[in-house]
Amino acid sequence: MKPKVEISAPVADEIKTSTCYMCACRCGIKVYLKDGQVRYIEGNRDHPVNRGVLCGKGSAGIMQQYSPARLRAPLLRVGERGKGEFKEISWDEALGLATQWLGDVRDSDPKKLAFFTGRDQSQSLTGWWAIQFGTPNYAAHGGFCSVNMAAAGLYTFGGSFWEFGEPDWAHTRYFMLFGVAEDHASNPIKMGIGKLKARGAKFVSINPVRTGYSAIADEWVGIKPGTDGLFVASLIREMLKADRVDAEYLVRYTNAPWLVIDDKGSADHGLFARDRKGNPLAFDKKTGKLTNAMLPDIAPAMIGDFKLKDGRKAVPAFQLLARRFLDVRYAPERVEKETGVPADTIRRIAAELAEAAFEQEVVLDVPWTDWAGRKHDKMIGRPISMHAMRGISAHSNGFHTCRLIHVLQILLGSIDCPGGFRYKPPYPKQTPPWLKPSGKPRDVAPSEPLGGPHLGFPLGPDDLLVDENGTPGRIDKAFSWDAPLAAHGLMHMVITNAGNRDPYPIDVLFLYMANMSWNSTMNVPEVLGHLTARDEKTGDYKIPKIIYSDAYYSEMVAYADLILPDTTYLERWDCISLLDRPVSEADGPADSIRQPVIKPDRDVRAFQEVLIDLGARLKLPGFVTDKGKPKYPGGYPDYIVNHERKPGIGPLAGWRGQKGEAYGVGAPYTKQLQRYIENGCFHFHKLKPSMHYYKHANREYLDWALQMGYRGTATPIVFQLYSEPMQHFHLAAEGHGPVVPPKHHRRRIATFFDPLPFWYAPFEGSLLDDGDYPFAAVTQRPMAMYHSWGSQNAWLRQIHGANRLYINAARAREMDIADDDWVWIIGYKGRVKAQVKLQEGVNPDTVWTWNAIGKRSGAWSLDKDAPEATRGFLLNHLISELLPVRPGGYRYSNSDPVTGQAAWYDLRVRIEKAEADPARTEPFYEPIDTPWKRDLPDTLRFGEQFRRDRWRRGS
Amino acid sequence: MTTLPQTTAKKLGLVIDLDTCVGCQACATSCKEWNTGGYSAPLTDQNPYGADQHGAWLNRIHSFEAGEGDASRTVHFPRSCLHCEEPDCVTVCPTGASYKREEDGIVLVNPDTCIGCKLCSWACPYGAREYDYGHGVMKKCTLCVDRIYNDNLLPEDRVPACVRACPTGARHFGDLGDPSSEVSQLVRRRGGFDLLPEMGYKPVNKYLPPRERRDGRAANAASTALPESGGGASRLDKLFGWADRLLSR
Repeated sequence: MKPKVEISAPVADEIKTSTCYMCACRCGIKVYLKDGQVRYIEGNRDHPVNRGVLCGKGSAGIMQQYSPARLRAPLLRVGERGKGEFKEISWDEALGLATQWLGDVRDSDPKKLAFFTGRDQSQSLTGWWAIQFGTPNYAAHGGFCSVNMAAAGLYTFGGSFWEFGEPDWAHTRYFMLFGVAEDHASNPIKMGIGKLKARGAKFVSINPVRTGYSAIADEWVGIKPGTDGLFVASLIREMLKADRVDAEYLVRYTNAPWLVIDDKGSADHGLFARDRKGNPLAFDKKTGKLTNAMLPDIAPAMIGDFKLKDGRKAVPAFQLLARRFLDVRYAPERVEKETGVPADTIRRIAAELAEAAFEQEVVLDVPWTDWAGRKHDKMIGRPISMHAMRGISAHSNGFHTCRLIHVLQILLGSIDCPGGFRYKPPYPKQTPPWLKPSGKPRDVAPSEPLGGPHLGFPLGPDDLLVDENGTPGRIDKAFSWDAPLAAHGLMHMVITNAGNRDPYPIDVLFLYMANMSWNSTMNVPEVLGHLTARDEKTGDYKIPKIIYSDAYYSEMVAYADLILPDTTYLERWDCISLLDRPVSEADGPADSIRQPVIKPDRDVRAFQEVLIDLGARLKLPGFVTDKGKPKYPGGYPDYIVNHERKPGIGPLAGWRGQKGEAYGVGAPYTKQLQRYIENGCFHFHKLKPSMHYYKHANREYLDWALQMGYRGTATPIVFQLYSEPMQHFHLAAEGHGPVVPPKHHRRRIATFFDPLPFWYAPFEGSLLDDGDYPFAAVTQRPMAMYHSWGSQNAWLRQIHGANRLYINAARAREMDIADDDWVWIIGYKGRVKAQVKLQEGVNPDTVWTWNAIGKRSGAWSLDKDAPEATRGFLLNHLISELLPVRPGGYRYSNSDPVTGQAAWYDLRVRIEKAEADPARTEPFYEPIDTPWKRDLPDTLRFGEQFRRDRWRRGS
Repeated sequence: MTTLPQTTAKKLGLVIDLDTCVGCQACATSCKEWNTGGYSAPLTDQNPYGADQHGAWLNRIHSFEAGEGDASRTVHFPRSCLHCEEPDCVTVCPTGASYKREEDGIVLVNPDTCIGCKLCSWACPYGAREYDYGHGVMKKCTLCVDRIYNDNLLPEDRVPACVRACPTGARHFGDLGDPSSEVSQLVRRRGGFDLLPEMGYKPVNKYLPPRERRDGRAANAASTALPESGGGASRLDKLFGWADRLLSR
């Protein structure tokens, strides 16, 4: 007698759509609700980002929603910083206190507020708030995440890997993935790799470590960390040597033919020769004359020496590029040892790239019109695509390395063509975007808003935020000589600089969603020192006031004074805006919302609601009406619908206008959020096929992008193989121009501001003796964890509850190290004890571990003996945020010298065997207390409540 | 001792592509998520926020390396019940709680009659059964029997949760007893194989093998470098064949 199985039980009382926040990918989700609780979360099939799939994190969202680490009410610190001793206070008291602290700063010296927002997905709101407040000190976490990718891409081709573009998964024949990339666009990349596999396209992974995506690559190139640029430069050399470059593409879409002035020592050496109107010049072979390089139908030379009207010499940018990469320095056999990639492999991959690009053209029967109005009956592409993220970004040579990859893509003619790497609207933008950073010291005044957005793209030294002595205007030294193109700020330097009062002290540090006392900070021990250091005279903390907003009891909470508890992602309104980091697809722009699918059961408020409330309390322009009343009394949803950044342009592009008839530009529409919800909480504006490719030079697309406000003009985007802004900085370092770097900065600026990309060894390695520190130490991103968030998740922490140090098996055996042994990982800053796992698939000169698994005992509402604290560890303790002292005493940050991107992956270590007893990772920090009574079950029986009808037994 | 049906009308099962699985755990957590509130509710977790955390999962991913040095590879191996045609886990069951369904071949445990004796987990060579310490009974993959026939779900969603979630498309669901089904064709096309066929349990689930790699071990030996263009680095006008041509902007 077989039991009856209920095969068609009701699955939910209600299913609501929203947007995932278990990582930065922002997939569409459908949340099944039963009895007022979350029963199940699945991917939304209609959503352009994830098309129904959902990753290991997203599918564990229930356990994030019911995490015991959720904050419950506003907290005010009562003990010493770092102890975790708080009292609960009311929202009125909390907001009153915050208003008083912030108001005092705004009325006296707004730069004494440092407002940094971590893994914020509402930067168009938080940034705008900071503008109205008037502090120059605002950024999100991009400075320690992605800025090398964003800046290198935007200065080169007006787009970027990161989230601003994607491989043409449907047509590409050869896909190269550089370094760790599991943390952004995580589902789109997985779906894309699945498609490549199904089509038999070749997938090459260049990564010191063979896990995740690399494990299924057709070819794994186990390169030494930080040498990707050298490998790519060698590929470029092979292409040039064999004349396998797409010359027609270069002439049409790049500045390869633009003439560069060759007059060494002069103030314009290395700049583009221009006509009187400022147009760049090229030599037209049809007429034999110099001509405006922007004109259509000219036949510009890319090789040769040419004479300018004033008699000086100029050469096409391509010639300079060819000379650089034909240099024997980049020959495969020369780079073999440094990269760990055999010369034969480099040559073969170059040949494979050339074969795929030039013998396997993709032709789509789609007519289109180019920027000059010329009609084409087909779209023809070179099916090579590339992607890179953290593995390239997190090195001090990441900007130039990323530029090298883009140069290779461009030489092969594979940007935004069928089969190539595609822009996602609103990209492409100008190279770089026409947006300068705001916040020069002279423009910051009490009770005044800032003149414009904080983050932008300097074209030269005039655009830096420094005073007349070259002193940085920002607390993080972004857009100063330390990091001139710091387009995302340097969040990793804020606490150190504030603690050192360099360049000045601050009064309030206001952080959102960034674990800056633990896994999101470099040099944990010294950063904790800065957070708790007291002024010898006053006895106050050197960083006097810290306000922090987070949804969970992260390590950072314990170090703040005032806690503003945020909601979970399922309890809130949000908007994923085209004004911010969009969720577009290459076929068209998309934006989305979160809607509250369940009510908070705690006294918490969404940070965005709180920020809008604080804006009104502080009477910030834009947050109050003419009469001083709150402008958005309905809070964040009110702002989302009714805020206009420019006339007709607001946070959401869909359903605008009187009746919701307009897209992109139109009056606020009262039912906009309702329309989004009816459509699954997103809007995807699919472009016509004639606009799908060549967006940088596609007349129809360019005109439309202008209408949408993506661009200031409808001019085509010209790829900058040779970057003139870089040369402007270089010339300043040689003493030219009104704004020049202080003497101690000059050599560094002159070296790294090179208009053509080049490879140099990562800083930490080049400052230390290889013999003392023979291994590179890096982290990989576990696909089932996002930063530190997963450890509070009862399911995800069963997958990654502790981490090992992975060492190449052969190298370990040479050192007499076996699986499960304990070792010291020793860097020049200190040492960390960890347990070892041997691995075949890791570069012999590299050790690695999973990112952000190690936790401080007591944090995240875990038991104090949780394995995250006893057998988990961070490499952060060994990574300095500052480089060693230079002659003269100056210390640069441990960052890319161009962008200020944190150089997490430059770490060098040696490995020594450690005593197995005690079997515990070190350093072990003093546990922090939980500010409420922990009353957690020994057994979690989640789900039982949905089947009460069924289960009568159980222990 | 529990008897097996002579035949089953269908042989529902999974086809898992080891060439495409990146080990992301989506199938594991989506399975846990669905099933902890579904037929198998609850899948309990012990010490959920403490040391020695563990729980009942119906699908687990094992990542390991096979081989040494250049010949080694990293494998992500999802493991769940294979719904064998001749499963010992059923025949050893002393209460009849474990059984194989005649209509579709799914192997299920009836929690009302399971006494938690664990004989089935000893009998399963694949380690696919999970004792639920908080519930005192054995749990296992149900092929989401409460999804695949569920009229409350959209037809396209009537697949196991793991298949529904898988981002790379490495998991396929269907009737492996029907030679014309998509999954049967896929198995034939890609050389799908049984796990431990020598044991004789005739697993219904199939695995698709990783494809041959296309890396340097074979290819570098062949003469694959790009031929040098004429002129060399000193004469760019000769090196680049197009240098003399008119390339129109």
